[in-house]
Amino acid sequence: MNSNEILMPALSPTMEEGGIAKWLVKEGDIIKAGDLIAEIETDKAIMEFESTVDCTISKLLVEEGTNHIKVNTPIVKINDDLNPLPIKNLNKENDKKNKPKKIINTQNDLHDIKFEKNENLKILTVRESIRDALAEEMRADENVFLMGEEVAEYQGAYKVSQGLLDEFGSKRVIDTPITEHGFTGLAAGAAFGGLRPVVEFMTFNFSLQAMDQIINTCAKTLYMSGGQMNCPIVLRGPNGAASQVAAQHSQDFAPWFSSIPGLKVIQPFSANDAKGLLKSAIRDPNPVVFLENEILYNDKSASSEIRDELIPIGKANILIEGTDVSIVSYGIGIKHSLMAIELAKDINISVELIDLRSLRPIDYKTVFESIKKTNRCITVEECFPVCSIGNHLSASIMENVFDYLDSPVINCAGKDVPMPYAKNLELAALITPEEIFEKIKKVTNWD
Amino acid sequence: MVIMNNIKSNLNLYKKMLLIRRFEEKAGQLYGMGKIGGFCHLYIGQEAVVVGVDSVKKKGDQVITSYRDHGHMLSCGMDPKGVMAELTGKKDGYSKGKGGSMHMFSKSEDFYGGHGIVAAQVPIGAGLAFANKYKNNQSVCFTYYGDGAANQGQIYEAFNMASLWKLPVVFIIENNQYAMGTSIDRASSTPKLFTRGEAFNIPGMLVDGMDVLEVSKATELAASNCRNGDGPYILEMNTYRYKGHSMSDPAKYRTREEVQNIKDKKDPLENFQKHLLNEGLDEDEFKKIDKNIKEIVSEAADFALESSEPDLADLYEDIYLDN
Repeated sequence: MNSNEILMPALSPTMEEGGIAKWLVKEGDIIKAGDLIAEIETDKAIMEFESTVDCTISKLLVEEGTNHIKVNTPIVKINDDLNPLPIKNLNKENDKKNKPKKIINTQNDLHDIKFEKNENLKILTVRESIRDALAEEMRADENVFLMGEEVAEYQGAYKVSQGLLDEFGSKRVIDTPITEHGFTGLAAGAAFGGLRPVVEFMTFNFSLQAMDQIINTCAKTLYMSGGQMNCPIVLRGPNGAASQVAAQHSQDFAPWFSSIPGLKVIQPFSANDAKGLLKSAIRDPNPVVFLENEILYNDKSASSEIRDELIPIGKANILIEGTDVSIVSYGIGIKHSLMAIELAKDINISVELIDLRSLRPIDYKTVFESIKKTNRCITVEECFPVCSIGNHLSASIMENVFDYLDSPVINCAGKDVPMPYAKNLELAALITPEEIFEKIKKVTNWD
Repeated sequence: MVIMNNIKSNLNLYKKMLLIRRFEEKAGQLYGMGKIGGFCHLYIGQEAVVVGVDSVKKKGDQVITSYRDHGHMLSCGMDPKGVMAELTGKKDGYSKGKGGSMHMFSKSEDFYGGHGIVAAQVPIGAGLAFANKYKNNQSVCFTYYGDGAANQGQIYEAFNMASLWKLPVVFIIENNQYAMGTSIDRASSTPKLFTRGEAFNIPGMLVDGMDVLEVSKATELAASNCRNGDGPYILEMNTYRYKGHSMSDPAKYRTREEVQNIKDKKDPLENFQKHLLNEGLDEDEFKKIDKNIKEIVSEAADFALESSEPDLADLYEDIYLDN
C-alpha cells in the first residue's frame, strides 16, 4: 500500500466498486484529517468521504462523475508537505495530457447470456425495478403506503425507496421506530382497517422479532374468521446472505415462510420479475412475503429488460430450455446456476433452468413437466439444507414423477452451519457455481 | 323526558350485562357437557367493563380484544346464536366453526377479534387506529388487554407509535387481578398499570370497572381525547373474574372467601340493579328482563346444538382470498 495515495474505500459490506459523485477538494488544497475529500456513490447511498491524514492534494486520479471504480483503486495522490504548492506546479498538474483517465467497468455481465436485447425496453437493476413497482402501485391506489425503518428521509437503508418520500409525502412513506414486532402488528391492523401496507424489513433477519404477527395474525386471520377478514399486506426486504455480515445477518428464510398456509411467498431473481411480481403482491388480497436479495439489488446478472407486465404469483419461469437435466432454483441460486450452466456447455450437457419465482404457491406442474423431458433434477438454493424447498420438491417429485427419473434428485443448498464471518469460510458455507457444476456431472453420470 | 331516556338507556346497559352473564353461564354448562371444546374463557364478573365502554361507541368505532371475548361480541351487537354456534364448532358459527371461542370476528359490527396470543391484538388495534387517521374518519379503536398482557413488550412498542403519531386508540386494560394464576403483585414491578403510558406521554386513568356508569364516564373522556386529535388514552379497569382463567383452572391461587367477598360487595349487575330500583324502576320489570334474556340464551344454545358440523370440504376454504 502506497501511503502517498488515497484509495477508493469500501463503505458498505457489499460494496465492490464506487463512483466519485463530487470532488470536495481540488489539486493543491491542504487538508486536515477529518476534512471531506469527496462524495462517493456506493451501492447503497451517496456518502461523504473524509481524509484520515493531514496532507496536500497533489493529484486527482479520476474525473468527477466516474463510476465503477473498484475498491482499493487509487483515486487521489497526496503528499505530506503541508506548504502550498507553487502556482506553476498547480498549472502543470492540470495539464490536458495529465487529465485523469476513465476507469472502465469490468464486471462480468451475465446479462448477455440469457436475454435477447430489445432496444425499446429499458434495462433496470432489481433495486430500481422494486422502487418503480412501489411508485406505480402507490400512484394507482392511495391506500397503498410504505412503512419501515429508514424508508423515508434516509431514502432506504439500501436505497430501494429512493425518491418516494418526495413524491408521496410523509403520510404514505413512513419512517418507523426500530420496533419490528410493533410495526408489523400495526400494519396488519391497518390492513384489516382497509389499507394496503407495504412493510419493509431492513433485512428479513429482523422479521424474526415480528414472527408472531406474521404467522399468527397475517397468515391465519382469514381462516379463523371464516373468510370475513383478509390481510392485504406485503412484507418485503432483503433476505439471505449479504457479504461478511456473519450469522445473525445472513440467512434465507424462504422455507420458513413457505411452510405456512395463508402466506404467499415470492423470491425473484431478475429485475423484471421483481417488478411484475411486486406489483401483483401489492394488488393481492392476501399477505405476501417478498424476499429480496441485497447482492442482487445491483447485480448485472439480475438486471433485465423491463416489460411492464404483471407477473402472476405461483408461476415458474423456464429461463433456459435444455434436454439433459433440470435445475430448479430461485433467487440468487439462479445466478450461481447460470454460471454453472456456462461450464456445463463446455462438456455438452444441456441444462434446463427453471426459476420458481414463487415458493408458495409453488408451480409443481412446470417442474414435473420439465423432469418428464430431462429425467434428471437438481435443486439449487441458498437456504440451510435441512427442511429446504428442495427437500420438499424432492418428495413431491418422487410421489408424482418417480417413473420418469433416471437418477436421484440432488439438493444443492447452503451448508448446515451458521454463517461464519471470515471471507473464505463464508464462501465455503454458500453454494457455488463449481459445486452445482459437480452435481450436474454427477446426476448425468458424466466422467 | 331526559330522565326517562336516561332510565331507558340505563336499562339497556343492564340488559346487555345480564345477557353476557347468562350466556357465559350457559357456555360453562355446555362446556361441562362436552359440547364446547378447547379453551373457553368466561367473562363473568367483568360485564360492566365492556358494556360501559360500548355505551360510548359510535358507528365506525372498532373493538379488538384478547381471547376472553364473548362479552365483547354480545355487547357490540353480534348475534348470540352465531357466537354460541362458533363455541360448539358448528357451520353457523361466526367463523364457520374454524375459529372457536378465541377467534371470532364481525366486520359488519366492527369487531376485529378475538385474538389468542396474549397482547398481539394491541399493535393491531393501534393499526386500526392508524387506518382511521389515514382515512381521517373520526373513528376510535377500543383496544382491550388484560393485566397479564400488560407485561408484554409489544404493548410498549404500540404505545410509542400511537403516541408518536397521535393515533385515535383507547387502550383498555381489564385488570381482573390474575394473569392465569399469577396475581398482579407477583407479575408486575409497577402494579399501577394506568401509569405505564407516562414514559410515552399517554394519559391514563384508574376506573372502577365494576361500575358501568363510571366506566362509561371515563370512556367518554378518553374517546373525546382521541376524536380531538390528541392521541391515545389508557383506561385501567379495576375488575374481577369470578370463574377460573379457563375451564380447566382449579383456582388454587385464591380463596373462595376472596371471590365470595367480591360477589357480595362489588357485583356489577346486582349493584346496578339496586341503583335502577332506587331510580324508580320496579322489580317486575327486572323479572320480565330476566325471563326474556333466558329465552334468548336458551334459543342460542338450541341453535348451536342443532346446527350441523362444518362440511369437510370447508377444511380447504378461506386460506386464501381470490383476487
